[in-house]
Amino acid sequence: MGRIILGCDVLMTYIFLYLPMGVLLGYSFSASRYALVWGGFSLEPYRRLLADPEVASALVGSVIVASISTALATLLGTSLALALERARVRFQGGLEALVYLPIVIPEIVMAVGVLLFFAQVLRPSLSALGIELGPLPSVIIGHVTFSISYVMVVVRARLRDLDRSLEEAALDLGATPWQVLRRVTLPLLAPAILSGALLAFTLSLDDFYVTYFVTTGGSGFKTLPLYLYALAGRAAIPPQMNAVATLMILASLVLITLAFLIQRRTQRG
Amino acid sequence: MSLIRALALVTFVVLGLVGVGACGKRAPHELHLFIWANYIDPEVYQLFEREFGVRVIEENFDSNETLRTKLQAGATGYDVIVPSDYTVEILIRQGLLTKLDLSKIPNSQNISGRFRGLYYDPHNQYALPYLWGTTGLGYNAQKLESPPTSWAEVFELSRLARYKNRVSMLDDPRETIGAALKYLGYSVNSTDPRALQEALRVLLAQKPYLARYDSETYDDFLLTGDLVIAHGWSGEFAKARQENRDIRYVIPQEGGVIWADNLAIPKSSQRVELAHQFIDFLLRPQINAKIVNYVRYPTTNEAARPYILPEIVNDPAIYPPEEMVERLEWIRDVGDALALYEAVWDELKNR
Amino acid sequence: MNTRTRTLLWPGLVWLLLFFAVPLGIILVISLGRRTPDGAIVWGFSFDNYLRVFDPLYWIGPWWNSLGLATLTTLFCLVLGYPVAYTIARRSAAVKNLLLFLVIVPFLTNFLVRIYAWFILLRPEGWIASLLRSVGLELALLGSPVGVLIGLIYGYLPFMIFPIYATLERLDFALVEAAYDLGATRWQSFWRIIFPLSRPGVIAGAVLVFVPVLGEFITPKLLGGGKVPMFGVLIEEKFLGRVSDWPLGAAMAVVLMGLVLLVLTWYFRHLTQTRWVG
Repeated sequence: MGRIILGCDVLMTYIFLYLPMGVLLGYSFSASRYALVWGGFSLEPYRRLLADPEVASALVGSVIVASISTALATLLGTSLALALERARVRFQGGLEALVYLPIVIPEIVMAVGVLLFFAQVLRPSLSALGIELGPLPSVIIGHVTFSISYVMVVVRARLRDLDRSLEEAALDLGATPWQVLRRVTLPLLAPAILSGALLAFTLSLDDFYVTYFVTTGGSGFKTLPLYLYALAGRAAIPPQMNAVATLMILASLVLITLAFLIQRRTQRG
Repeated sequence: MSLIRALALVTFVVLGLVGVGACGKRAPHELHLFIWANYIDPEVYQLFEREFGVRVIEENFDSNETLRTKLQAGATGYDVIVPSDYTVEILIRQGLLTKLDLSKIPNSQNISGRFRGLYYDPHNQYALPYLWGTTGLGYNAQKLESPPTSWAEVFELSRLARYKNRVSMLDDPRETIGAALKYLGYSVNSTDPRALQEALRVLLAQKPYLARYDSETYDDFLLTGDLVIAHGWSGEFAKARQENRDIRYVIPQEGGVIWADNLAIPKSSQRVELAHQFIDFLLRPQINAKIVNYVRYPTTNEAARPYILPEIVNDPAIYPPEEMVERLEWIRDVGDALALYEAVWDELKNR
Repeated sequence: MNTRTRTLLWPGLVWLLLFFAVPLGIILVISLGRRTPDGAIVWGFSFDNYLRVFDPLYWIGPWWNSLGLATLTTLFCLVLGYPVAYTIARRSAAVKNLLLFLVIVPFLTNFLVRIYAWFILLRPEGWIASLLRSVGLELALLGSPVGVLIGLIYGYLPFMIFPIYATLERLDFALVEAAYDLGATRWQSFWRIIFPLSRPGVIAGAVLVFVPVLGEFITPKLLGGGKVPMFGVLIEEKFLGRVSDWPLGAAMAVVLMGLVLLVLTWYFRHLTQTRWVG
C-alpha cells in the first residue's frame, strides 16, 4: 500500500517536471511569430530553425562552455570537499564562509563584481603581459567560479558519513594515499560527483548575467542565454526556441534510453 | 610546497584557457556593432561589406541599463553602439563616448530638423538619432467596448475595474511614474514633491488591478488575450499588429513620451574611422529606408521617407500624426529629484 | 594524511580567492560609496548605504516574502524530492541512471524557455486558471506569490533530489529488508535507518535550495510580474533598474550575504554539537 502511494507520488513529480516540456512540444508547432502565442498548427518554427544559423552557434557555444566549466568545477569542487571534510585547517570557519558565499550571493551581484574585476583588474594586468583573454576563457572562468561550491556541497554530503573502513583497509594493505584516493575514495563518491557535475552543467547552460557581462565586444561569441535574453528585451522570443527545446529534449531522451538499454544488457550478461 | 603546486596548477589551467581563447582569428577589417536585437536589416551588413570590405559583427543587449553597466565598468571591443536618448546623456557625462567628426558623416544632413540637436546632445557632437518611437497604450480593440483615449482608462478605478488583472504597466520607474504624472496633468520630468506624492497615490490605487509590471512580454500577452490593455512602446505594438489586426495603439490625449535610439561610438573603440563610415552608411536614405521597412520603426531620417513602404508611413501607430507628436515629452534628467522618483518606485514595488 | 589532504585544498581555494573573493571585495568597496544622479559612483568610505538598507520598507514586504517563499520552496522540494531520490536509489544501476537523467533532461532546455512554458500554463486565460474558474476559484497565478512558488519549486527540485540521492545511493537496502524481517515496521525502519543516513543529503539539499532562493530575482520578477516584492528583485533593480543605485544594491547584497552566513554558521555549529552528543 505504502509502495503504491510512493510510486504515485514519484510519478506525479515526474509529470510535474515534464508538464512544461509538453507545452513546449505543443507550441513548437505554433504558426505564430511569438513563442507564447498559439497561432494554429504549423511546421514554421522548425523551418525557421533550419534557416537560423545563430541558434545553432549559440547552442554549440553553450554546450562547449558548459562541458569545460563543468569538468573544471567538478575537479575543483571535489578536491575542496575532500579537503574541507577531512583535513584540519586553520581558519576553517573563514574558509567555509568563502566556499559557501558563491551559493549565497545573488547572481547579479556576482556578475557585476566579476565584470569589474575583469575589466579593471584582470584584463589590464594580462594585456601588460601581452595576453588577451578571449570570450571563451572569460566565460568559462566565470562559470567555474559559481559552480565549484555546488559540487562541493553535494560531494561533501556523501563524504560525511562515508565508511572509512575500506580506505583504511587499502592503506593497511600498502596502498599509497594517492592510490587510495583514486581507487577507493573517488569511486565511492562517484554518484555524488556525477550529481554535482549535472547540477553544475545546468547552472552553466542557463547562466546569463555573468556570461553577458564578461564577454567583450566583437567576437560574436554567443551562448543560448545571450541569444535569448537579447531577444526577450525588446523583440520577442521567436517560436524556433520551442522547436529547439523540443528537439533537445527528444534527443536527450533518445540518448539516455539507448544508454539505459545498453547498460541493462551489460548487466544481464 | 603545496601552495606553490596549487598556484602552478591554477596558472596552468588559466593559461590553457587563454591559449584556447587566443586562438580566435582577428580579421583586420571588422566592425563591432552593439545593438538591440532585431533592430537592423541583416542584409545591410552584406551591402556594407561589399562596398567597404568590412565585416560587421553584431552583438545584442537587452536593455539600456545592461549596455551602460558594461561600458561603465570598462568593457571594450565595441565600435558602434545604439543607446537610447537618456543613456546617451549619461554616457556623455561619464566621458564614455568619442566625439563625432560630422565632416565624415555627410549623411547626417538627412536627419529631420525635429530630431537634431536634441536635449541630450544639443550639437550632435556624440550621437546621431537612428530610429525613434513613443510610449502609450496598446490594446485589443476586439475586447474593449471603446478604444481608450486617455490615461484615465488605466488610472481611474471605475474604468480600470472592468479590466481587472488584464492590464499591465511598464516595469520602468520613469515611464510608469511619468504616465501617472501625465494623467494628473504634470510633466513627466516634474520635480515637485507634491506631484510625485499624488502620482504615488494613483499608482498604489492602480496596483491591485494590474496583472503585472512588464517591459518585455506585454506584447505576447496582448496577443494571447491575457492582457487587453498594455502600457508599452509603439514599435512593439506595430509588430504585434502584424500578427493580429485587432491590436491597436494610442497615445492618450494627456500626452505621452517620445524617445529615440542613437548611433554613437564608445571611447574605447579602436576603429573610429570605420565607425564613422558605418554610421554614415546607415544614414543613407535608401539604406535607412531598407532598415525601416524591415524593422517597422519610424526613422529620424527625413531623406529616407520616399523609400519607405507607404503602408508604414501611413500607419498612425508607427508614424503618429504631427499634432500628436507635439504633445509628447522627452524623459529627461531631473538631477537630485531622482531620489524622489526612486522613493516613489520603491514604495510602489515593495509595499 | 592530513598534509596530503590539505594539498587538495589549494587549487579550489586559489581559484575562489582570485576569481571570487576579489570581485566580492570590489562589491564591498562599492557599497561604501555613493551614487551620483547620472549613475556614476563616487568612491568614499561611508556606511550610509548600510543604514538605508535597514529601511522598514525593504524588510516588511521583500524580506518577508523572500524568507517565506524560500521556506516553502524548500519544504515542497523536500516533500516532492525525497521520494524521488529514494525511489531512484533503490533501483538497479541502469534504471538509476535512466531515472536520474530523466530528472535533469527538462533542465537542459533554456531557463527562459521553461519560464515561458509556465507563462502559458499559469496565465489568466490558460488551462489551469480556467480549470480553477470552473470550480468557482478566481485565482491569479501569474503576478502572485503562488505562481512564483510554483516556478521556484520547479526550478529547484533537482537541487534537492540530487544531494539526497547521492547519500541514499550507498544505502544497502538488504539491511533494511533485514530490519523488516526482524519485525520493524516500515515507518520505523525508515526513521531509524534510512532517514538518518540521508540527513547530510537533506541538509545539503536544503542549503542548495533555501539559500539561493533568498537571493533569487529572475523567477520572481518574471512570474511575479513585479507584484511580488522579494529581496533579490530589489537588489537587481538597484543594479539594473532605470533608476539604479549600485552602492545601495551592493550594501543590500552584503547584508543578505552576512545574514545568511550567520545563520549557516550557527546551524552548522549546532549540527556538529548534536552529532557529538548523539
